[in-house]
Amino acid sequence: MSAVADTHAQDDHHHGPAKGITRWLLTTNHKDIGSMYLIFSFTMFLLGGAMAMVIRAELFQPGLQIVEPEFFNQMTTMHGLIMVFGAVMPAFVGLANWMIPLMIGAPDMALPRMNNWSFWLLPCAFLILVSTLFMQGGAPNFGWTFYAPLSTTYGPPSTTFFIFAVHIMGVSSIMGAINVIATILNMRAPGMTLMKMPLFVWTWLITAFLLIAVMPVLAGVVTMMLMDINFGTSFFDASGGGDPVLFQHLFWFFGHPEVYIMILPAFGAISHIIPAFSRKRLFGYASMVYAVGAIALLSFVVWAHHMFTVGIPIAGQLFFMYATMLIAVPTGVKVFNWVATMFRGSLTFEAPMLFAVAFVILFTIGGFSGLMLAIAPADFQYHDTYFVVAHFHYVLVPGAIFGIFASAYFWLPKWTGHMYDETLAKTHFWLSFVGMNLAFFPMHFLGLAGMPRRIPDYALQFADFNMVSSIGAFMFGATQILFLVIVVKCVRGGEKASAKPWDGAEGLEWTVPSPAPYHTFSTPPEVK
Amino acid sequence: MRVHAKRAGVLLGGLMAPALSTADWTLNMSPGVTGTSNDIFSLHMTILWICVVIGVVVFGIMFWSIFAHRKSPDRKPANFHENTLVEILWTIIPLVILVVMAIPATATLVDMYDTTEADVDIKVTGYQWRWKYDYINDDFGYFSNISTSDDEIYNRTEKSENYLLDVDNPMVVPVGAKVRLLLTANDVIHSWWVPEFGIKKDAIPGFINEAWTRVDEPGIYRGQCTELCGVKHGFMPVVVKAVPQDEYDDWVAEQKEAAQRERELTQKDWTMEELMERGEKAYASACASCHQADGSGSPPAFPALKGSQIALEDMDAHLDVVVNGVSGTAMQAFGDQLSEVDLAAVITYERNAWGNDTGEMVTPKEVFEYKNQE
Repeated sequence: MSAVADTHAQDDHHHGPAKGITRWLLTTNHKDIGSMYLIFSFTMFLLGGAMAMVIRAELFQPGLQIVEPEFFNQMTTMHGLIMVFGAVMPAFVGLANWMIPLMIGAPDMALPRMNNWSFWLLPCAFLILVSTLFMQGGAPNFGWTFYAPLSTTYGPPSTTFFIFAVHIMGVSSIMGAINVIATILNMRAPGMTLMKMPLFVWTWLITAFLLIAVMPVLAGVVTMMLMDINFGTSFFDASGGGDPVLFQHLFWFFGHPEVYIMILPAFGAISHIIPAFSRKRLFGYASMVYAVGAIALLSFVVWAHHMFTVGIPIAGQLFFMYATMLIAVPTGVKVFNWVATMFRGSLTFEAPMLFAVAFVILFTIGGFSGLMLAIAPADFQYHDTYFVVAHFHYVLVPGAIFGIFASAYFWLPKWTGHMYDETLAKTHFWLSFVGMNLAFFPMHFLGLAGMPRRIPDYALQFADFNMVSSIGAFMFGATQILFLVIVVKCVRGGEKASAKPWDGAEGLEWTVPSPAPYHTFSTPPEVK
Repeated sequence: MRVHAKRAGVLLGGLMAPALSTADWTLNMSPGVTGTSNDIFSLHMTILWICVVIGVVVFGIMFWSIFAHRKSPDRKPANFHENTLVEILWTIIPLVILVVMAIPATATLVDMYDTTEADVDIKVTGYQWRWKYDYINDDFGYFSNISTSDDEIYNRTEKSENYLLDVDNPMVVPVGAKVRLLLTANDVIHSWWVPEFGIKKDAIPGFINEAWTRVDEPGIYRGQCTELCGVKHGFMPVVVKAVPQDEYDDWVAEQKEAAQRERELTQKDWTMEELMERGEKAYASACASCHQADGSGSPPAFPALKGSQIALEDMDAHLDVVVNGVSGTAMQAFGDQLSEVDLAAVITYERNAWGNDTGEMVTPKEVFEYKNQE
């Protein structure tokens, strides 16, 4: 396949990157934009992580030691917002930018200028969001779910800035999603039918539709908040005839698909990594696609399982319980398929595979606690306790974050042209694995014993597990500096990577040299 | 199903008995003291064991592959990548398990929603950051505030056994009676939870949610607010005292009498000293959590009262703020929360404490007239 664009052989339109800062400000190159998304995401990951460290330091012992409850609430809120909107989502958009054109044999994203704009909106949005920490009255302190009326009538003055930041993030996400859909539907190499698309492309296509469906709902709900706060309306104010529960319905109609937005691309990436290191084709490709589709559709009809305690009528309660339990079926299919892929393969365990295997195991544990939470009567005991905190950190940290690490190690040789330091990467994995489990597993016990979430101080019977959890969190947090070291080292040098450094890997991205040239697939490859 | 669940629960309990002797390392949910909480516990154990079994099978196969199917020179990977029968099986089997699980869950839920034929009705109102319990059939009610001191919270003294889980006035319920709770809130959303009853229900402004419980064993049961409700969300415990029926009846009679005495106090002629003394206490329980004990507030959300225009100038404006609240802000309307005596005492206190030396006082009678003038 000779689809690689050799810059010297092309005419004048195809030149290399511009020099200096303008390369990054004005770039329309999917690889540059992908790198910027990934760097931005990691910066936000460290910032949100630092906030988690403040939270865990305060919770190290009972009593108030380090921060006041007011600042503690700002930390939990900002940690959640930054991790969801700043770290996880942009990381997947970054991976999409880098990999989707390479995987489908396209020269770039379909809408390169919009691509540039949707990236540069993000730093602006987060500059506004983070600046609220320095405003009078402090940053948003009502949790990342910003339930009204705590966030409206009772919110700090900076709430309006928070709303503006959410609007900008939403615009960025919607444009990113449009770009992904346009690219995938229009720019696949000849012969690549939908059912021949790599799974990462499939999962991103579905994710993009989810984004387009729910981000406007988020924009709507924050606009209603804006009206309530600044223009005297009463959408969510009971004393003006409004409905605080309406807020939750709208928020979770966005919020539940949102959690799948954060996990589906990881499903896709893992479905490349496990076959590559098992040296065996993915088991059940078609059922993987259908399972992702089913999960995405179900995600629209389960939102009220976040609201089992608000007092919805029993018929509603039952509907949302059954619908939520159903999600276990397609999710189970995916896990079984991954295990069947490994079964009787020829396995090796380089860093991407280690993260992928940990992903499958730990995400499944998060799925189990999710199934438990779906049982509405039991949810009355679990709801808003540390059991829930344990659950969503088990799906998001070893799910989304490990998925991102696995992808990063898997494709770093393609991005940089060098192999990363395997020993350091394995150290990164094991420290993360131990730290993460030490931090989050005891939270199950805390929740079952009755510790509510979002509290800056706790009763004495929760002291021991909180200390264990904090130690694990510090370990996990400190370990992530190592990832920065590994990536910087890999960018600067190291063993030369071949076009296809993993002998079991498949896909068009491995047909171009490493590092991938600035322009690839100027002539589309043929897919058999 | 249920029997198995209980047996499974006992088994796990047995395994964890050493851990339970030091309460600090509690691993599992408590079965609680009500029928509902026991049902929930059974569901919890059933689904937990189902997950454990599935986990053992799936992870077992996975670990088998990890150990047995590692790459080695003589190892050729297999070539299969689909098997319709297996794929149908692992779709159908989980579905069947879920249906089996949904049946007891539905039954428990239907039972939890049956709030009819209650013996006692208690209205529970969430405030930032305390609970109010109104015994609506007996015409009295009171606030329940955290009683853990700041000294304990800020580590200046040793923490007591029920640190953060103690209140001045617990809710009191009779043992064996069906108690219906009507939950609402005055400001933001709160959530009322006692783990050992298996009740958690949101208290939402503008809504009245229902829940019920029947406590079988006398005792003191503790829980907390479980919906983020602002800065003191973590300092809003729920304490319920379950007592035998006759003891409960005595307590109710006592409370009714005390409420009557309170009402009569409105007509009494109060002196400045008496109002100041009462005002200090009422201020501490009703106002200090936002405006601080020394009146310094925490601006911008909670303005200072020390040296403020409201506390120093026009009395009617001061009455208006306290009685009717300020809409669109965190300042609540205290007119229905506090008695006339307490309103008068608080206002008098605010006008004469911390160097606010107006020398003015307002009597309970005047407050009563103010409230009824419209």
